[in-house]
Amino acid sequence: MTILCAGINHRNAAVEVRERFAIGTHELEASLSSLRRIDGLFGAVIVSTCNRVEFYASSVCPLRAMDGLRRFLVERTGCTDLPFYSHDSLPSVRHLFRVACGLDSMVIGETEILGQVKQAYSAAADHGATNACLNKLFQQAFRVAKQVRTETRITRGSTSVGSVAVELAGKIFGDLSGRKVMVLGAGETSERVARSLVSRGVRTVIVSNRTFDRAAALADSIGGLAVHFDHWHTAFDEVDILICSTAAPHPIVTREKLEKILQSHRERPLFIIDLAVPRDVDPSVNTIDNVYLYDMDSLEQIARQSIEIRQTEVVRCEQLIDRHVRDFLTWMHQHPTMPR
Amino acid sequence: MEFYLLTGATLCLIAGFAHTLVRVSAGKIQPGRVNLASMVGAFALLSLDLWMRGQVQRSCPLYSLFDVLLFMAWATALLYFLVGSAYRLSLLGTFTSPLVLFLLLLAQLAPLSRDPIPATARDPWIEFHAALSLIAYGAFALAGIAGLMFLVQDRQLKKRKGGSLLYNLPPITELAIANTRLILLGLIILTVAFAAGFLSGMQVNTLKFWTSATIWVAYGILVLLRQIHPLAPRKTAILSLVALGFILVTLPAIQHLSTAK
Repeated sequence: MTILCAGINHRNAAVEVRERFAIGTHELEASLSSLRRIDGLFGAVIVSTCNRVEFYASSVCPLRAMDGLRRFLVERTGCTDLPFYSHDSLPSVRHLFRVACGLDSMVIGETEILGQVKQAYSAAADHGATNACLNKLFQQAFRVAKQVRTETRITRGSTSVGSVAVELAGKIFGDLSGRKVMVLGAGETSERVARSLVSRGVRTVIVSNRTFDRAAALADSIGGLAVHFDHWHTAFDEVDILICSTAAPHPIVTREKLEKILQSHRERPLFIIDLAVPRDVDPSVNTIDNVYLYDMDSLEQIARQSIEIRQTEVVRCEQLIDRHVRDFLTWMHQHPTMPR
Repeated sequence: MEFYLLTGATLCLIAGFAHTLVRVSAGKIQPGRVNLASMVGAFALLSLDLWMRGQVQRSCPLYSLFDVLLFMAWATALLYFLVGSAYRLSLLGTFTSPLVLFLLLLAQLAPLSRDPIPATARDPWIEFHAALSLIAYGAFALAGIAGLMFLVQDRQLKKRKGGSLLYNLPPITELAIANTRLILLGLIILTVAFAAGFLSGMQVNTLKFWTSATIWVAYGILVLLRQIHPLAPRKTAILSLVALGFILVTLPAIQHLSTAK
């Protein structure tokens, strides 16, 4: 029995190519049935995400199965020039394990891919498209992914400005439910951060922008309240997180102004995320007790640090993966006549 | 036997501490099970040792500085298990075990008499007072540790550099709450302990009385300022560490005055 893998991903194909080959949930059953009809192919799993379209199959006649897969893709897309990579047993197994661990992802160590692979396998199993060999292969892939996550730092930290900000909010407040956020300047990044915070349970979002309509529109879309820009400080009571991204040429939040506002803030911490360039918040604000100020540079530095940590962990991950690949291939050799 | 129990407890903590150091040097600061296991082992051995000393003395073993240090180490570990499970503060054990180890090493390395003092006629109220006072000091020790963790996390957040400590220490708000509540818990226990002392009608050396009263008043003011006045969590954390330092310095003196009496 041979394990085959063929596919395209974000590295070898642009998005317009990937979208032509993508297989949606509604097409999955029909596609799996077509693959099952290929001569010499005993089982198949299709992993189709925004960054990859990959076919995993088991076969005793790899060349015939590959020809059949190629025919299937040409019929489906009408494209004769297939930019697909293809591997046989050892590299296929290794590739799947790397994908499940997030090592083949655009952001190394991201964990969403594992859920997507699990979903793809479970859909194939539900449609009766897997066999003993593929079942064992995917179970082993999930095991290695779990081990890599727990034994290495490949998922450590956040890798984007938005997720770093949300993670820091968690390190200041713990549970974010019931917290109040104020957004000064309705920019794209501040909107993204505000949305992430809302998804983590933030209670109230107040939006203030020089153009009131823009503030109202953003407040509307995230279930918040809009206030006029001239009155933002009057709505500051009980605000826990302040996100700034105005286009003001000078700091709009100064130490003097903030100290006056914080008199009614009692001892609650205040987390300020300054996404504006030039900065909206005077850096000396960070010296006030209980106030934590992060600007673009500091958020990006933390994100970079996480990426570096993840990159240094890749070698350890590969070693773990190699061990599991050997285990799986040994199992395959020990079961040459497994049920199809 | 007692020697082996104490040595075993100390070795447990040293092993846990060494393991933590190795993990930290490898860039891993996640709370490990080894540290918890070492604390559980040390606590069990220390409990057995104190029980045996109590059997010989036919009373709670609190009559020498050696006993007091052991009992305070035991009380700190006990409160860690109670508070640690209630607050689930990551790394609290990592910060607590060095303090417990310090108290054990101090008891064993300082030139202190280890001989149990057999009981003559002893007042249960006085024993209750002494035991409860040391448990209160254990709560203050843990409050100081929570305060130290708060200051470390505050520094990490102010530095804006990220890093393993930042990710592994608990949220700063939770540390501030734990710090305040542990001070309050210690103060309540100490108040009950002092009430028991008054009920017993025990004779107290003036200096010991005023030292103990200073500790009680200091923590009382801290709680009052935190509850009524908005004393910032950072200042509370610093003051709880200062107060803990005061206790650790004056405890031997108080014990010396008690035995001298």
